[in-house]
Amino acid sequence: MGDGPPSIWEWIARNWDTGRVDSIRNLLTDHLTMSLVPIMLALVVALPLGLACVRWRWLYQPTSGFMNVVYALPSLPVFMLLISVTGLSQTTVIIPLTFYGMAVLIPAVVDGLGSVPDHVRQSAVAMGFTPLRRLLQVELPIAVPVVLAGLRVVAVSSISLVSVGALIGQGGLGGLFTRAYQNPFMPPVIVGIVLIVALALVADGLLVLAQRLLTPWVRVRKGQGS
Amino acid sequence: MITFDAVTKRYPDGTVAVDRLSLEAPTGEITVLVGPSGCGKTTSLRMINRMIDASEGRILLDGEPVQGIDPPTLRRGIGYVIQQAGLFPHRKIVDNIATVPYLLGWDKKKARVRAMELLERVGLDPALAGRYPFQLSGGQQQRVGVARALAADPPVLLMDEPFSAVDPIVRTSLQDELLRLQAELNKTIVFVTHDIDEAIKLGDRVAVLRVGGTLAQVADPKTLLSEPADDFVREFLGHDRGIRRLQFVSTEGLRLRTDLTVEEGAERGTSESWQLVVDAEGRPLGWASGARPGELEPYGTFVPGRDSMRSALDAALLSPSGCAVAVDEQGKVVGVATREALDQALAEAADG
Repeated sequence: MGDGPPSIWEWIARNWDTGRVDSIRNLLTDHLTMSLVPIMLALVVALPLGLACVRWRWLYQPTSGFMNVVYALPSLPVFMLLISVTGLSQTTVIIPLTFYGMAVLIPAVVDGLGSVPDHVRQSAVAMGFTPLRRLLQVELPIAVPVVLAGLRVVAVSSISLVSVGALIGQGGLGGLFTRAYQNPFMPPVIVGIVLIVALALVADGLLVLAQRLLTPWVRVRKGQGS
Repeated sequence: MITFDAVTKRYPDGTVAVDRLSLEAPTGEITVLVGPSGCGKTTSLRMINRMIDASEGRILLDGEPVQGIDPPTLRRGIGYVIQQAGLFPHRKIVDNIATVPYLLGWDKKKARVRAMELLERVGLDPALAGRYPFQLSGGQQQRVGVARALAADPPVLLMDEPFSAVDPIVRTSLQDELLRLQAELNKTIVFVTHDIDEAIKLGDRVAVLRVGGTLAQVADPKTLLSEPADDFVREFLGHDRGIRRLQFVSTEGLRLRTDLTVEEGAERGTSESWQLVVDAEGRPLGWASGARPGELEPYGTFVPGRDSMRSALDAALLSPSGCAVAVDEQGKVVGVATREALDQALAEAADG
């Protein structure tokens, strides 16, 4: 092998677990943390906010307007701004990604609850469901497919967006891309792209599986509907 | 018994949906609220289980004002069937039916056993229990809706245009099914519809409401047809009110002739212009005309005693002979009602 540049496989083997912060393994773990935490947080926050927007209709316009503005902000300057508050930490990446996720999930929750047919809601009332029980046992379950569709978008975009954090030194696998500035050496870039796409595909696959398990009544509909 | 005591529903914008309605829905009977859209019939129904609260007046359930009962508790004791069934799409049929028992805290197994019982009771295949609502036809969904309303065996059943979203054939069978169930169960039913024919078919008592939510007339169907209170009711009943009244006239006393029937192969040799040809078992085959030998013309049948004069007249009009064929429950000919006999019966009906 001599002095030539190492092959991609050699490079992977050499850098997989070096014990340093920038080993591929550590970058992968960081990447997972910085994408999964915002997805979870966004869901946890968007649910009550979405419910509030359905309950108090006037809240929805300002909320969705605000979230759209947030969504329109480019991520890089937001990271830069946040550095003064949260420093060069993972939190600096997690906060904006959480907001991006909320921008997608709040409308998803609102639309999901809106997808409950009126006659179904009426009959739940007439059967004697209390409001809380109706929400938990009828309205939220029926909203699940729409919310999960939103969650799939959020999962894939979060996993992809984390890499921008590399510009402030917190980009997970995105760290593999910034090295290419200093040294036009391709294996890290290829490994970064492949791993990020693979992560996104796995996350999406898991959500599709969750949807099938949680909502068998939707799956069968597609099978027999047409 | 459900009692409306001068009940008014007024919305904040001043619209009056129901105006001083006083009405009784007797125990064990079907009371139909019928009227054009905007007459407050659905509003009135929903005030019974407090989906809408009355602005003035009282609604009593066996003497107790519903306004004093906690709404979820009240509703669990009252069956409710909604238009389009309103089944929960994410729950299997068996669990849809068991909804109220679950809410009442029944043991899950007991609730499901009860649900299976009801599934059969409303005439559905038990194999449907594990399906989801969208896999059922509209008529089947509506039957499940009725089963769900009956699950906790409530004494009162509220039905809000339950059969209006299905096609006419299915609607007829659902109506017949409801009457059959009611004969077994004797629930106190309040039924809302905009279809006067449905009201007359199902109601023990029919309350006609007019736009603005006032009561125009309440009576049994026969009285309603023969003595409409005013022009509004008369118009609402439609132009064929007289014909429809015939469905309450029995064919019991109708004079039948038995000398017009001949067995197949033994035709001819009669002064009558029409002869009814029957097979060896006595079932009708068709009318033979003296003018066109060898050809059989169509016939119509009715079962005397069971079917009404309206059916008998309909049967007569279906045949060029102008006679209605009377058959027994097995379809065997018992006689023929001629025009003369029908004329006489109609004249009596018009007098009474």
